[in-house]
Amino acid sequence: MNAMETLQAARAAGRPTGADFIANLVDGFVELHGDRRFGDDPAVVAGIGTLSGRPVTAIALEKGHDTKEKLARNFGSAHPEGYRKALRQMKLAEKFHRPVLCFVDTAGAYCGMEAEERGQGQAIAENLMEMMWLRVPVISVLIGEGGSGGALALAVASEVWMLENAVYSVISPEGCASILWKDPAKVKEAAESLRITAADLLALGVIERIVPEDAGMYQSLREELHGAFSALCAMDGEALAEARYARFRKIGGSR
Amino acid sequence: MLNKALFKKPHNPLESDPGQEEGKKPAVPGELCVKCPACGALLFQDELIENERICPRCGEYFRMGARERLLRLADEGSFTELFSEIVSGDPLEFPDYRAKLVKAAQESGEREAVVCGRGRVDGMPAALFAMDPGFMLGSMGTALGEKVTLLFELAAKESLPIVGFTVSGGARMQEGILSLMQMAKTSGAVRLHSDAGNLYICVLTDPTTGGVTASFAMEADIILAEPRALVGFAGPRVIEQTIRQKLPEGFQRAEFLLEKGFVDAVVPRSELRRTVARLISLHEGGSAL
Repeated sequence: MNAMETLQAARAAGRPTGADFIANLVDGFVELHGDRRFGDDPAVVAGIGTLSGRPVTAIALEKGHDTKEKLARNFGSAHPEGYRKALRQMKLAEKFHRPVLCFVDTAGAYCGMEAEERGQGQAIAENLMEMMWLRVPVISVLIGEGGSGGALALAVASEVWMLENAVYSVISPEGCASILWKDPAKVKEAAESLRITAADLLALGVIERIVPEDAGMYQSLREELHGAFSALCAMDGEALAEARYARFRKIGGSR
Repeated sequence: MLNKALFKKPHNPLESDPGQEEGKKPAVPGELCVKCPACGALLFQDELIENERICPRCGEYFRMGARERLLRLADEGSFTELFSEIVSGDPLEFPDYRAKLVKAAQESGEREAVVCGRGRVDGMPAALFAMDPGFMLGSMGTALGEKVTLLFELAAKESLPIVGFTVSGGARMQEGILSLMQMAKTSGAVRLHSDAGNLYICVLTDPTTGGVTASFAMEADIILAEPRALVGFAGPRVIEQTIRQKLPEGFQRAEFLLEKGFVDAVVPRSELRRTVARLISLHEGGSAL
């Protein structure tokens, strides 16, 4: 598949959403709501459950399945309170020494008036800063669309994995084509040039692992996550934070 | 007041156009005069620079280049540039990017969209950075992310406060995902500097948007903004397209952010140096207890 086809697959209707991944991987999930500051953002699902017997905090950007649900979830585009809700759960995970598992699927953080009024930029910035130095293991799995800062706000992780047909980009190819080339028809070229596929990002050193999308996906993902968390949980909090900083530090690094 | 010889690299502030973006770019009849984009007054360049690039007729703030910012903030002769050797490559071999970098360098007189260094503010040592609106509208790619990160790491090690000026259209598209990763990297470095007990003051200038707003611009201990500066995550045009309605006057301006609780103070250009110096001095000498 070329980049444009992958982009379409990543956005395809019927693709499993964040909530599906939680339902299939996290046992006895208890959803926990709200950011304790403004409200509860339905675009973010967060809570606690177990993964292969280990308690984990699971957080997902949720697009919803049918039209009604998609509208209720704002198509997976979070407001600031969604990012603050995620951060609240991450800080609780840190307090109780639980690893954090994030599922990322969003076209981007919501670009509306209320989102700006309530500090969309500040909310994302705070997540980046806090996640980087979180003293528990964090694994983020990009399952569909990884849209810019709104995706990164749940992906400053010890390891970042991507489904084989997921995409991750600084800007949507549509946005890039219209801003850079003033020509929406150039979306295909933008999709190629931006290097948004899992294979591209693995080659660029931005992700650790590509997850095959086959019949055994949930089963193998569960085993791989269990294995990765087991290894990460053997590290102490400081070493985990240092390793995460070193991971991002080398991307585009000069020394 | 402006002494261009203070900088190691010869640079004439007159060469840097205050605004490269469409609409903000003043019409230049000849080289001596600029037209104020707000009131239309024809202004002498010298007069405008002397007035800190504020229109003497209507008070409109013109954009200011990175070096001029630092020159106006730092004590005379105190600024030493750091990390100027770090420049953008073309890691994705993105169409037309190399040509754009060359053009940006010619137009701005800079090698990257941020200038970093050490200096003194009212005698107090500080690490300083300023972004440059003339270099691809201050967009953040790997070189910019690396320079900012190195500055925070250095200031953490040397226990220096940091004062930074932001102006940015956001992450640089031409470096794709690698630009996005700079948001995480710089944020990590800001926290490293903060956890070592050091002060970071950020001055938001017009416009500060996208990935820079959603990273180091909004992570400062004290956030100041210039009057009327546009500051947001999404740009106004994108929001208008998303919600299909016109935004109210003053939306995302510095005064609006002040009202919503996202900046500490809106400070006129003429007061900036004094305010920053006062804030640094209040953090000198350790704990008051």
